[in-house]
Amino acid sequence: MEYIRLQEKLPPKEYRSDIEPTWCPGCGDFGVVTALTKAFSEEKLDPTAITMTSGIGCSSRLPLWMNAFGVHTAHGRALPAAVGIRLAKPETPTIVTAGDGDIFSIGMEHFPHTARKNFDITLVVMDNRMYALTKNQTSPTSRHGYKGSLNPYGNIEDPFNVIKFAIASGATFVAQSYSGNPKHLAETIQAAVEHKGFAFVNVLSPCPTFNKIDTFKYYKGRLIDINKELGHDPSDMKAALELASHALDADFPELEDAEPFKGKRPIGIFYKVEKETFEERVANLQEKFRPESGEPDWDEILAKYRP
Amino acid sequence: MAQTKVIALTGNQAAAEAMRQINFDIAAVYPISPQTELMGFFAEYVANGEVDTEMIAVDGEHSAMATCIGAAAAGARTITASAGPGIAYMVENLYVASGMRVPIVLLDVNRALSAPLSIHCDHADSMLTRDTSWISIFSENAQEAYHNIIMAVKISEKAMFPIIVNYDGYIVSHSIEDVEILDDETVRNFVGPSDIHRIPYPLLDTDKPVTYGATAQPDYYTECKYQQHVDFLKVYDIVREVFDEFAEISGKRYDFIEEYKTEDAEYIGISMGSSFGTLKDAVDRLREQGRKVGAIKIRLYRPFPVKEIAQALSKAKGVVVLDRADSFDGIGGPLFKDIATALLATENNPYLHNFIYGLGGREIHEEEFMRAFDRLERLEKGIETRENFVEYLQVRE
Ligand SMILES: Cc1ncc(C[n+]2csc(CCOP(=O)(O)OP(=O)(O)O)c2C)c(N)n1
Ligand code: SF4
Ligand SMILES: [Mg+2]
Repeated sequence: MEYIRLQEKLPPKEYRSDIEPTWCPGCGDFGVVTALTKAFSEEKLDPTAITMTSGIGCSSRLPLWMNAFGVHTAHGRALPAAVGIRLAKPETPTIVTAGDGDIFSIGMEHFPHTARKNFDITLVVMDNRMYALTKNQTSPTSRHGYKGSLNPYGNIEDPFNVIKFAIASGATFVAQSYSGNPKHLAETIQAAVEHKGFAFVNVLSPCPTFNKIDTFKYYKGRLIDINKELGHDPSDMKAALELASHALDADFPELEDAEPFKGKRPIGIFYKVEKETFEERVANLQEKFRPESGEPDWDEILAKYRP
Repeated sequence: MAQTKVIALTGNQAAAEAMRQINFDIAAVYPISPQTELMGFFAEYVANGEVDTEMIAVDGEHSAMATCIGAAAAGARTITASAGPGIAYMVENLYVASGMRVPIVLLDVNRALSAPLSIHCDHADSMLTRDTSWISIFSENAQEAYHNIIMAVKISEKAMFPIIVNYDGYIVSHSIEDVEILDDETVRNFVGPSDIHRIPYPLLDTDKPVTYGATAQPDYYTECKYQQHVDFLKVYDIVREVFDEFAEISGKRYDFIEEYKTEDAEYIGISMGSSFGTLKDAVDRLREQGRKVGAIKIRLYRPFPVKEIAQALSKAKGVVVLDRADSFDGIGGPLFKDIATALLATENNPYLHNFIYGLGGREIHEEEFMRAFDRLERLEKGIETRENFVEYLQVRE
């Protein structure tokens, strides 16, 4: 179903609510708000028709700062709530904004299923590589060795490669961007919103308050655009998977010179494919089995079961 | 008697200290306010090798409880802690744990439930656990939380039922008070070694092979539940036994309920958790005015101390039950219903009234509890009337 759209573009600030963000000064997530408002403006979305769903976390507060319909769900449950919205109101652009913890830890079971069913949802994950709201614990995307409040001598686990996982799960749009690059981020989010189907944008988004490793300073000069600089074609799934499998190489100093990223973090669209959405399949089913006249012929149906 | 020392600790620090002394085999953790800090303190003990505990940060509370079930089934002494929505998310596995009869200690740093989102204290989370056949104990302050955790290990392992120790989020968990700490050796002797140190492979005990949680068809499910029912009633004696043993090492004698000036009291207020101090202050102030009032604190919440309550209320004219959670069902908060039921065990038929208070961290003052007593007395005397026996104590309408 087509989204409800405006005739004229609204300025991006019209997509902001009057509520002042309670985020710390310098939080990477501010960049995501700016990018979303820009993307919504470019897409001429009607603020009264957008739904923004989130879970719990610093990042999950984002819908509060937006002039859109917001649903702040339980921790980890943003995606299934968005699925409910998709089924009830398929004409509303459905955006999920949440954290790496919310989506890849407690809410993990929902990601692969929402992706493979190809609901028309745009999922923007603000990946600060830790749980910030609960004051610094490791998340599934934390680096090996990262020191959180529950592991003072460093994380003994390895991080989770969310890009590779998203492609493997059947997501039809998979991208990574960076909250310190407003242009790239806005364009990527816009492409994700435009995409019909499950679109996942992992946003590298520093938490200057707690994460002293994955900082703006760290990311400076350490990003590589896979589309522009490496000429990656997002329709090539094999190439996408190959690139994705190196997405975390930069965590390891010994891979400083290794191909394809040479110690840098990849940003850009990894994978994109057109596929029927779940909503379309539901509509097709309904169409296919809708009786021609309003009432089914009960006598005829019952007759089938008579001896 | 043990060597003791008094130190200033928050509730979370006192709980972490108990956990250190007990030296649990396994701790499964997932952060949630106001519990997070507790596991942070404990994580330092783990990291510094002060305990042998293997601590695992899991991916949610559902998994935390599942991990505890697996570890406990394998004979490990196991703990997890949570609050509010985290407790809610665990509930499915709480039933699994108690049905399997595995001993586990769960600390519930009491927090309100969403929506609206609140990280502050009330008892709605714990009320989700009241029918799960977990033993449940409430703590008024950091001292009691510390003592309750030590006793909980023993109660749970003797009863072969899991146990919840509750203490109020922020009010207890984050406030500093003097806590009397026992020496490590006394605590370790008191709890004794866990199964995993007594039986090398409890899961592979070929003399007593078991399957945990197998299917029961309609021909046996009832019998399983009946056994659980019968055994859960044996918990009273076990708790009393452990309270007595604990008195020997600590000099502190606990009971299922705590009575305050109830002996000649006509009107009695009942609460659980940190508000009991405030309730006692309210009683004192009313007593200064010559009013015959008293207070009862519930320490053992599940199984519910029916006999003790009935005895304590056997002469009261009126009882006001103070619930830190609502049931939204028109028949009173959870504690109110428990008290009303317990009164079936006495001939006395006091006037009952119910107030909901302290939701989502709303502070409670003695004046408000005094008002609750006033309302009770006027209702009982017929000076005032009511539309419903459940009312909100502190609310802007
Ligand atoms: C059921 C449940 N468990 C735990 C919590 C506590 N909690 C709140 S936010 C959070 C982690 C959030 O991490 P992330 O999604 O990465 O968001 P960030 O704060 O880093 O932006 C946790 C564990 C909760 N709110 N609900
Ligand atoms: S704690 Fe970190 S993630 Fe949370 S608002 Fe502050 S900077 Fe942002
Ligand atoms: Mg995070």
